[in-house]
Amino acid sequence: MERKTKIDAEDGKQEIMITREFDLPLELLFKAYVEPEIVEQWMGTKVLKLESKKHGSWQFVTTDHQGNKHDFNGVIHEFVPNQKITRTFEMENTPFPVQLEYLEFEKLTDNTSKLTIQIVYKSISDRDQMLKLPFAQGINMAHNRLQDIFTKQK
Amino acid sequence: MNLRRDVFQAIADPTRRAILVLVATQSMTAGAIASNFDTARPTVSKHLQILTECELLKQEQNGREIYYHLNPQKIKEIADFIEPFCNMWDDRFNKLENIMKNYTSKKQ
Repeated sequence: MERKTKIDAEDGKQEIMITREFDLPLELLFKAYVEPEIVEQWMGTKVLKLESKKHGSWQFVTTDHQGNKHDFNGVIHEFVPNQKITRTFEMENTPFPVQLEYLEFEKLTDNTSKLTIQIVYKSISDRDQMLKLPFAQGINMAHNRLQDIFTKQK
Repeated sequence: MNLRRDVFQAIADPTRRAILVLVATQSMTAGAIASNFDTARPTVSKHLQILTECELLKQEQNGREIYYHLNPQKIKEIADFIEPFCNMWDDRFNKLENIMKNYTSKKQ
């Protein structure tokens, strides 16, 4: 299947742009970011708190395959229904500094919509580290799988 | 040899990136590479060592000379490093789309 999500990470910049067009009306796309039980489903996380309003804050906790818990939190700076959310994002207990996220929701047609996320990092190297994270995790997971296979064979 | 050397750290340096561009079209000796830079020869050697350690460059003996050339396999790995990041987001958004499509049908 063709990938519908586009990521732009310009060289020498401390930000990335994520764009995606959805076969969903704008209202439904926005709802997916507001309703805690829906966020839980597609983000694969547990939502402890999600105050979708200016000065609100959010808190998620994710359990990985090894059963380790990872905490995420942030503050909501701007909240305009069906238009935009501006918020911070922090991965607790990691060396990664807080990042700033600008989410913009746009109506394309009655049944399609577009989401543009601009993420700003503390430095260029922090951005590059974050981009590499799933790559590194992929390698680790492949490595763990290999270890599993080898242990089972013993 | 330092096996823990990170390829991404290797390409973070502008001189090392310039070296990769230089040898991209043809194999070159350390001397020929160094002649393209104002930096001291030992500095260039150090860069070559790092690039070789993380397998971005390969050495080839040709008579008395050692030629350096690009290892396309390794270069491809770097070019692909952002792929898992894109896939992670694409998977998430596909999920979001499916959930919300069902959400509408449930309501109807």
